[in-house]
Amino acid sequence: MIPIPRMPGLLEGPTTQVGKPVSRVDGRLKVTGAARYAGEHAIPGLLHGYVVSSAIAKGRVTRIDTGKAMAVPGVVHILTHENRPDLAWLDRKWKDQDAPKGSPLRPLYDANVSHSLQPVALVVAESFEAARLAARLVEVAYEAEPHQTSLLMNRDITFTPGKDKGGFEPPPAPRGDADAALAAAEVSVDLEFTQAAEYHNPIEMHASTVEYHPDGSLTIHDKTQGVLNCQSWVCGVFNLPKSSVRVLSPFVGGAFGSGLRPQHQLFLAVLAALALKRSVRVELSRPQMFSFGHRPETWQRVALGASRDGTLTALVHEAVQESSQAENYVEIVVNWSGQQYRCDNVRLDYRLSRLDVHTPLDQRAPGAATGVPALEVAMDELAWKLGMDPIQLRLKNYAEADPNTGKPFSSKELRACFRQGAERFGWPDHLPPPRSMRDGRELVGWGMAAGVWDAMQNPASAKATLGANGKLSIATASSDIGTGTYTVLAQVAAEVLGLETADVAVEIGDSSLPQAPIQGGSWTVSSVGSAVKAACDQLAKRLHALARDAEGSPLAGVGSVRFADGHVVAQDDPSRRMPIQQVMRAAGLPVLEEKALSVPYALGRLRHTLGTHSAVFVEVRVDAELGTVRVTRVVSAIAAGRIINPKTAGSQILGAVVWGVGMALEEEAMTDHTLGRVMNHDLAEYHVPVSADIPDIDVVFVEEHDEVVNALGAKGVGEIGIVGVPAAISNAIFHATGVRVRDLPITVDKIRAGLAALP
Amino acid sequence: MRPFSYARPDSLDGALAELAGNQGAPDASAAPVRPVAGGTNLLDLMKADVMRPTRLVDITRLALRGITETGDGGLRLGALSTNAETAWDERVRARYPLLHKAILAGASAQLRNMATNGGNILQRTRCYYFYDTATPCNKRAPGSGCGALTGVNRIHAILGASEHCIATHPSDMAVALAALDATVRVAGPGGERAIPFADFHRLPGDTPHRETTLRPEEVVTAIDLPADNLARHSTYLKARDRASYAFALVSAAVALELEDGVVRGARLALGGVAHKPWRDRDAEALLVGKAPGRAAFAAVADAVLRDAKGHGHNTFKIGLARSVIVRAFEEAAGLEPS
Ligand SMILES: Cc1cc2nc3c(=O)[nH]c(=O)nc-3n(C[C@H](O)[C@H](O)[C@H](O)COP(=O)(O)OP(=O)(O)OC[C@H]3O[C@@H](n4cnc5c(N)ncnc54)[C@H](O)[C@@H]3O)c2cc1C
Ligand code: SF4
Repeated sequence: MIPIPRMPGLLEGPTTQVGKPVSRVDGRLKVTGAARYAGEHAIPGLLHGYVVSSAIAKGRVTRIDTGKAMAVPGVVHILTHENRPDLAWLDRKWKDQDAPKGSPLRPLYDANVSHSLQPVALVVAESFEAARLAARLVEVAYEAEPHQTSLLMNRDITFTPGKDKGGFEPPPAPRGDADAALAAAEVSVDLEFTQAAEYHNPIEMHASTVEYHPDGSLTIHDKTQGVLNCQSWVCGVFNLPKSSVRVLSPFVGGAFGSGLRPQHQLFLAVLAALALKRSVRVELSRPQMFSFGHRPETWQRVALGASRDGTLTALVHEAVQESSQAENYVEIVVNWSGQQYRCDNVRLDYRLSRLDVHTPLDQRAPGAATGVPALEVAMDELAWKLGMDPIQLRLKNYAEADPNTGKPFSSKELRACFRQGAERFGWPDHLPPPRSMRDGRELVGWGMAAGVWDAMQNPASAKATLGANGKLSIATASSDIGTGTYTVLAQVAAEVLGLETADVAVEIGDSSLPQAPIQGGSWTVSSVGSAVKAACDQLAKRLHALARDAEGSPLAGVGSVRFADGHVVAQDDPSRRMPIQQVMRAAGLPVLEEKALSVPYALGRLRHTLGTHSAVFVEVRVDAELGTVRVTRVVSAIAAGRIINPKTAGSQILGAVVWGVGMALEEEAMTDHTLGRVMNHDLAEYHVPVSADIPDIDVVFVEEHDEVVNALGAKGVGEIGIVGVPAAISNAIFHATGVRVRDLPITVDKIRAGLAALP
Repeated sequence: MRPFSYARPDSLDGALAELAGNQGAPDASAAPVRPVAGGTNLLDLMKADVMRPTRLVDITRLALRGITETGDGGLRLGALSTNAETAWDERVRARYPLLHKAILAGASAQLRNMATNGGNILQRTRCYYFYDTATPCNKRAPGSGCGALTGVNRIHAILGASEHCIATHPSDMAVALAALDATVRVAGPGGERAIPFADFHRLPGDTPHRETTLRPEEVVTAIDLPADNLARHSTYLKARDRASYAFALVSAAVALELEDGVVRGARLALGGVAHKPWRDRDAEALLVGKAPGRAAFAAVADAVLRDAKGHGHNTFKIGLARSVIVRAFEEAAGLEPS
């Protein structure tokens, strides 16, 4: 193969700003309450909308009586499918950037009800309280039709989706003959896994405040992971020009994927604002946070065959996930199994089953957090069957190149993750047998698992503006969903121009700023960080030229410069230097502005597989008699390229480990299939981990050098942190107790059933 | 939330005058005029449109706060003392450590700072259907059916339930009070009366909307704890789905009176298993005269759970309750793990 040219503009070390554990630049605003979230903007004359949600899972609204509700003092209007204004009717107009194939939900479009809690009316009133009360008084009559909401009852009624969503790849074609190899394998495991649906439940509930201006234009404060996505969607649905719609979302109180698609509160707030020519806010209640998007319920089968020395000879991974009737939500569940380990006989199969539910939605490490844990539990079970250390089994079948494609990895320090993670954890050379470690009334167990996620990049733009005071501003339409984007963008910019991070102001979350992709997939540092770097590189180039040409410049004729301490400095002679501010003054320029578009390094990406990797080690303690579990130690070793900010990146991993604990042990949407409704729809009964559930978490970032992923060499860490955790916990529970639970979450009832069934 | 009027009387008489109009309501919890104390349960249920009082009587100015001696060696817990004050009171800690532990096993520090003793024992079930007005629930809407019976019932009752309702009482504190043979003191238009704790909460039967024997026109003024010798060998054990901030799947308040290695008296109240804190005095009596030990404790558990019945998701609670009972007694007796 012809060697590919080196990526232009690679950030070289040593760095001064990049790599520093800088505290969040927006931290003070957030903890003092000065940061305003979407539902917190006070606007004179603001009206408040409250959603009426469907009581049935499927059927038709036959009558809506708004008489009592309209009589509530302060109620201005009640929007239903019967009185709504005209709306776009082409499906295309209702599509957003994250929409899968199919027909997106059109709230209040017609009388049809396709899922429980679907919005059927919006009450608009002068106060939130009046709107909420009136919403209770809207009388809705339904004609219910039979519904299906159970995946396990519909697991045989499936279809194979195509490339039905951006970023989705159907499984690769089979390699070899996996089923025959499985039947012939010296040692094998053949296992079924189920996993409950999970809801994102960010602490900030979805809200939109729509400011209606006298000229009919709108300023929208929305909880979203993509202001441009919402802007173009609103323009499409309501047939408005882009110039009339500005979407702002500078602060987001968590999202985890729930804000990737415009949600119905945005639609309803805009609908009401346009209909009434008034400013309107719609905020969902916590139960209504269960009315859209969720990590789909999943059934899986993983079968592995191996020879006695641990060489994998067969790998089958099948998955069935739920989607809605109208859209094909897909995520990559099984492909990882073909990528993680070397194996000649592989069959991967992914199907959907349609249920009468709202369309699922990407949730932190969508697909990987579902499929990889099943694979990693199966690897553990195989290791025990082989009598092999689980790390050794993984090393034995380590994939040096991507077995799915044959391409090399741009970088893959998974080996180092195993080594460093095991060392930090104190993983023994020989794991004691299951159920052999006891401390008082508790059984102690250790488990480990590997994780993998993509290292994606999307085109993005940024603007960098240098002021006469030497301060730099960065602007891009990206968002910061709590990940630390403000901070890392400032660090990248400061690095390029030799400034302090504190000298850089970052402006994001505004659709009038330069284009950036929705914030998801762990691609923001890669995409937007690269755009910021590109814009600052351009500024640097101009400063270099201006400095060289300035009258009496110490840098006259200098061909190569670097930037440090606010100066332009000759590369080979640090004594030849000029302050940036002086360069601008000399050129008579009060401001210097550059805008850049950065695109993925196509050639390099074409020739490589790019991903982040992890190894997670967990200790659990299980009460031998009660069956209750405590996670007592977690070590997570992560290989994700260059870490721009170990503090914010570390927080991403900490949070993701907490998510993994929730997925393994607690999170579960409990559906009443007679009603077709999730019943535990509040945070008292939909359990996520509390502080008392979380032990000290040790995060290790493994050194990894990557010259393909992007000019920063950074891969993004928002999602990799969760992927290995559920399996490591599950494996540790087995080690502690001898009980395998392959149905997440692993709650006390399931452990007790396993304990009771032990010989 | 439905519109309501609000009163804040300064005296018990003033409050009782406000509540007088409730006479004839089927149950205190459904009466149109409701006292509000910490508000942590009542306001949530009003926002969810489950409780719809037309008038709230803020009782926080009443002189019902404070923890005092009863004169015969017991303690009187004011109805308006907060759960936190009660749990951390030195006398409660020394004489009723079981109550201290039970209160702290519930809710969160923030909630316990607001929640009052009267409100705690009157808090209502956490049944999912009770909270969701779009679903059937005999307790919320008598005659509409019981959604949980054939639906999602992981957190529901295994003892004393009926085909009309399988809800549980969610309080931790109340379980300890049941074990301690507390008395609920109430005041009404006719004066004061005392209700033994065992008689305070009802079983659902065919009227699950009737939850307590408190009359709609009455106010809880205090909870009395009798003197006892249970402090040394008592504990509260709560099994739940996460380490904190979750209601009990099963909890047990146990206490033993031991003399020369023999049980002289035993108490066991269970939480999370029934419409009220569950006591079974016949089962407790099985321990008397016996040496504390696993087999004896298991026999009590078997007796208590003899008629236990699961409804699907919650069937595991029967076995869990057995383990919790045995463990709680072992801990109370100071027995080490075998
Ligand atoms: C998220 C969450 C988790 C929780 N977890 C737990 C838990 O794990 N364990 C637990 O035990 N509890 C738990 N709780 C419940 C909490 O303990 C109760 O909400 C609290 O004790 C109620 O007390 P209050 O004073 O706020 O009552 P209020 O809400 O003021 O009143 C509750 C009821 O009692 C009536 N009332 C109050 N005082 C009197 C009186 N003196 N006389 C007559 N009627 C009166 C009211 O009219 C109302 O009907 C939790 C609550 C929440 C919100
Ligand atoms: S268990 Fe009781 S509270 Fe729950 S739905 Fe049935 S009747 Fe209502």
